[in-house]
Amino acid sequence: MERNVAQIALFAALIAALGAIPQITLAFGIPITAQSMGVMLAGAVLGARRGFLSMLLFLLLVAIGLPLLAGGRGGLGAFVAPTSGFLIAFPFGAFVTGLFVEHVRLRPIGLRAGLGAVLGGVLVLYAFGVVGMSIGLGKSIPECVKLVLAFLPGDLLKAAVTGMLVAALARARPQSVAWSQSA
Amino acid sequence: MISLTSPVRTRAHGWPAGPKLAGLAVATTALFLISGPALQALALAAVLALYALPGRDFLRHGLRQLRVLWPFVLLLLIWHAVSGGWAQGVAIALRMTSTVALANLVTMTTTLGELTDLLHRLLAPLRRIGLPVRLVEAGIPLVIRFTPVLITKGRLLVEAWRARSPRRANWNIVLPMALLALDDADHLAEALRARGGLNPSDED
Repeated sequence: MERNVAQIALFAALIAALGAIPQITLAFGIPITAQSMGVMLAGAVLGARRGFLSMLLFLLLVAIGLPLLAGGRGGLGAFVAPTSGFLIAFPFGAFVTGLFVEHVRLRPIGLRAGLGAVLGGVLVLYAFGVVGMSIGLGKSIPECVKLVLAFLPGDLLKAAVTGMLVAALARARPQSVAWSQSA
Repeated sequence: MISLTSPVRTRAHGWPAGPKLAGLAVATTALFLISGPALQALALAAVLALYALPGRDFLRHGLRQLRVLWPFVLLLLIWHAVSGGWAQGVAIALRMTSTVALANLVTMTTTLGELTDLLHRLLAPLRRIGLPVRLVEAGIPLVIRFTPVLITKGRLLVEAWRARSPRRANWNIVLPMALLALDDADHLAEALRARGGLNPSDED
């Protein structure tokens, strides 16, 4: 119980911290919106259930007015902005990523986590995000898909990096990445 | 940890959070129902008037919160300038700005404590159908406490990186940060257990 609460809370805090440290850039100078990488990490490290709860906790804190989003944003406005779909998708993205890594027996671990991150952290996030943009901007779904596709290469790169990070985490703290023990 | 509640005291600070949220829901729905740039412009003017009521500082701070929207406004205007139907584009941009501004207004005039209480009440039905609401609620103060801790540690990591490398810190920094979070979680769990744990008896 205590360990679950602590991990859920610390990952929510980690996502917030990743949004607050501005100097991180990916290869080729693509700035990380490190927070979507945090979603992938939460799902891949904590698993489906705790990953979901951790991201839900993060969203609740944003909703009650803490400036936890990248650039010190937050509050209820974040849930009606055109990008709100991506935000609302956080728990579901983490859940799908977690479900994948827990149930698909695939080696090496990094590949499993990377594919899970593509499914949860890219596909699920984009699906929600596109619907949100479509509502907010009054554009059709295909038009919004075109708008977000520009970000796809960067996000796929993030998923790959997440795979590598999870593999390293599983080596460093095998007891914390529980599913990595199973075959 | 600073919340986004405005330090400028307004009359709305005293109103209960529940009705404010209900009002926000109604107003947002209304914004999606009315059409045409003229009505939307009127609505935005009304919202901005609400911002202006508590004084210039409040207005300026409120407008600064909206700056994330400007790229989208630009996108909409260019889109509709190219594809035609500019009136519709203007209406959508106005509506988007009004909805976000209204939501921010509720955030700016409601304290963290009030919203936490409201959250507790809103989550109650979920607790009855067996969702682990308590896990999440117990996490709220922990996140508020540990976010600044992780930010400080993250900044130190970035500084240490800078001291050793001519290049900027990249995603490599995420690995030690995640490790720190996992280790902090273990220590925190031990500390919570040592102090009697999270008491399951105060379920309601």
